[in-house]
Amino acid sequence: MKLFGFRGGIHPQSNKFTTREKGIMPLPLADKLYLPVQQHIGAPAQPIVAVGEKVLKGQLLAHSQGMISAPVHASTSGTIVNIGNYTAPHPSGLSVRTIVLEPDGQDRWQENETEISVNPFQLTTDEIAARVGAAGIVGMGGATFPAAVKLGLGKQQPITTLIINGGECEPYLTCDDLLMQQRSDEIIDGIRIMLHALNAERALIAIEDNKPTAINNMTIAANLFANVKVVSVPSLYPMGSEKQMIQMLTGKEIPAKQRSSDIGIVVHNVGTAYAVHKAMRHGHNLTSRIVTVGGGAVREPQNYEVPLGTRVSELFKHCGGFKKTPARILMGGPMMGQVLPHTDVPIIKGSSGVIALTAAEIAREKTMPCIRCGSCTDVCPCGLLPLEMARRANKGDLDGAMDYGLMDCISCGSCAYVCPSHIPLVQYFNFAKGELAARQVEKQHNDVTRELAAQRQQRLDAEARLKAEAAAKRKAQRAAQQQPAPADKESVA
Amino acid sequence: MSETTPFSGPHTHAPRSVGKVMFSVMFALFPATLFGIYLFGWPALFLFTITIASAVISEIICLRLSNKPIGFYLLDGSAILTAWLLAMTLPPWAPWWIGVVGGAFAIFFGKHVFGGIGQNIFNPAMLARVVLLIAFPLEMTTWANPLPFTDTHAPDFFAGLDITLNGYAVDTMSSASVLGHVKTELSHGKALSEILANGYSSYSMATGYSNGSLGETSVYLLLAGGLLLIGLRIISWHIPLAMIASVFLLASLFHLIDPQHYPAADFHLWSGGLMLGAFFIATDPVTSPNSAMGKIIFGAACGLLVYVIRTWGSYPEGMAFAVMLMNAVTPVIDHYIRPRIYGYKRKRVPLSYNSEAGS
Repeated sequence: MKLFGFRGGIHPQSNKFTTREKGIMPLPLADKLYLPVQQHIGAPAQPIVAVGEKVLKGQLLAHSQGMISAPVHASTSGTIVNIGNYTAPHPSGLSVRTIVLEPDGQDRWQENETEISVNPFQLTTDEIAARVGAAGIVGMGGATFPAAVKLGLGKQQPITTLIINGGECEPYLTCDDLLMQQRSDEIIDGIRIMLHALNAERALIAIEDNKPTAINNMTIAANLFANVKVVSVPSLYPMGSEKQMIQMLTGKEIPAKQRSSDIGIVVHNVGTAYAVHKAMRHGHNLTSRIVTVGGGAVREPQNYEVPLGTRVSELFKHCGGFKKTPARILMGGPMMGQVLPHTDVPIIKGSSGVIALTAAEIAREKTMPCIRCGSCTDVCPCGLLPLEMARRANKGDLDGAMDYGLMDCISCGSCAYVCPSHIPLVQYFNFAKGELAARQVEKQHNDVTRELAAQRQQRLDAEARLKAEAAAKRKAQRAAQQQPAPADKESVA
Repeated sequence: MSETTPFSGPHTHAPRSVGKVMFSVMFALFPATLFGIYLFGWPALFLFTITIASAVISEIICLRLSNKPIGFYLLDGSAILTAWLLAMTLPPWAPWWIGVVGGAFAIFFGKHVFGGIGQNIFNPAMLARVVLLIAFPLEMTTWANPLPFTDTHAPDFFAGLDITLNGYAVDTMSSASVLGHVKTELSHGKALSEILANGYSSYSMATGYSNGSLGETSVYLLLAGGLLLIGLRIISWHIPLAMIASVFLLASLFHLIDPQHYPAADFHLWSGGLMLGAFFIATDPVTSPNSAMGKIIFGAACGLLVYVIRTWGSYPEGMAFAVMLMNAVTPVIDHYIRPRIYGYKRKRVPLSYNSEAGS
């Protein structure tokens, strides 16, 4: 298939060799599982279980709230021992409402006979979306956007192409690679169900060419179906970014301020396709995911099938602990991953990997002034001038940074990766984006306040007017009672 | 353990630093520099060393005055590179104080008055060269004839030291550079075929066996160094190619119109440090545009100015002036020439696929 390429990009050391040949290992159940009610983009789920309640694997623990939300299910059978605030897997170290489940060791699924007897290809889009939504499936590549919402897009506008993202361009991560190597038939089935839901013509599965086994196995599995095609794409970061992947495969860009569906394209991750298969064919709600444990500090890097809610510390423990002191522990890959405050945080739906990096791998050096070498401009996949944006963001000139395209930045970090001056460009951009968001909120707040003030004034005016009218009326009445002959009086006046 | 402050990605970094960039450029300059020192002997080596020492001492003073960590900034190599490039453009047997004044001027007024590394508007080496040329025209246009170490007439260590410290007999051992010679003779009304009849050889100019600045005579070695830098992605091809192409096209055009008055393109390409300028000086990241298109405009305009100054200006060589003039224009180029942002047309309106299919 003809590929179109995209602008810029970088070739970080992939370091995938440590885990990609080693298969997926099951992870023994931990003593306790910590299930945050917010594992997705959108409104947090609302707990419906009580402390002390016994639950089965896959049972609903918290239901979704509103359109953009996702439910949370029990990752195994056991007892709810607490519902409280625990540290979220986020750099802030802030806490999130979390349901704590103590496994009973039986790992018993809830009954689901009725759901799996149905052929998914006889279901409507709404029925599939409802089932996928109820299964708690979100974007498994890390975006964690509720998958059901994206499956319903075919009803709003015609979708021609479903792109399945098997890029996995982040260094170290091999969870998608192994999923594709070992569970290709299930993924293809999930893709076909998604195609049916979207009413799309074809599915393109894009896999970076540094995953030959995955490409081979997926191609074999896809061969039976004319409308599902595997495409080998160059290993170039940020291939896994939706915008860049679409451009690589179709030559089209998502027009500014629009979504991919506006040009007839929907992108889902391979892990999402697998989860859809499990939900539609086996009635299994999302209770586990594949997680890569890696990084130079880890003794035995490995991929595990992890029950959601397992703490990160458990994963490192099963990998034999650390052979070197980790300088930074991340959830996700080294390019865009989140720094974890500590390892007592749970694996959630979007956790593709937990990476413990040594100081040498981080390769952090003291920041120098910008020498305007333009490396950042050369590698930016969005055609931005990171050095100019950073200069403006740094001195608080948010409008200037916006003018240089701050909001079109995807935070991929290619610029900061190549910067010879080691300037933390993404840090600056994230700061500026945060400031802009705060400013937006403040503006909205001000607008609301102004609106309310205006309404109040109107109300007061109306009241005053009514009062004045009433007073005038009363006065007129009083006058009428006291003066039986107003007509004369009037004529005098 | 992990850091207490949240820190955005990326959490890994390419093995690059400002120091590595600077030292790579020096590495690429090495062959041409060695050749220049070989060709012009001990005085060239002394001048080269003095210029760099002067710049390094000036850098230390400036860093000290501005309360910046001295070791950290000195190791970035930028002061050494600036002086190195300046030395490459000096007459090889120039007296010691040319190197001292040049190196100091480049660092004090070319770099630190603007705020240090990355802040300067003009290329510091070229700024210093222009100041030297205007202040000391005689010393800056006296070109020693090639006299390699292997030559029996070459000055030994002490004779070389004497030349650097006390000067030398200008008449016997020097002559005008080829560009200067042609310019003078043309102004005397001679035809080009007559002027170049004796002494000029395209071959000797390209290999570097001709008089000229310390490090700009060997076209091949400079070209090799420049290509290495492109290969290492330290510089991009845009500026050198645009610059060389622009000089080539202009020279060819005018040579075609009047071959007796305008030398052919090879004469221009092989002389006066065009290669040094195109690959090592105009490409200075701090003072050249950022976008690919901006670089092409910058390079082409530099080439145009070099040709115009060489042909119609009052100086035989125009590289330093051309680069500095374009340095001044760089902020304007960067303001107007920006890459197209993803999802937008060039004019910053969102792309649309509805009206014009497949656009």
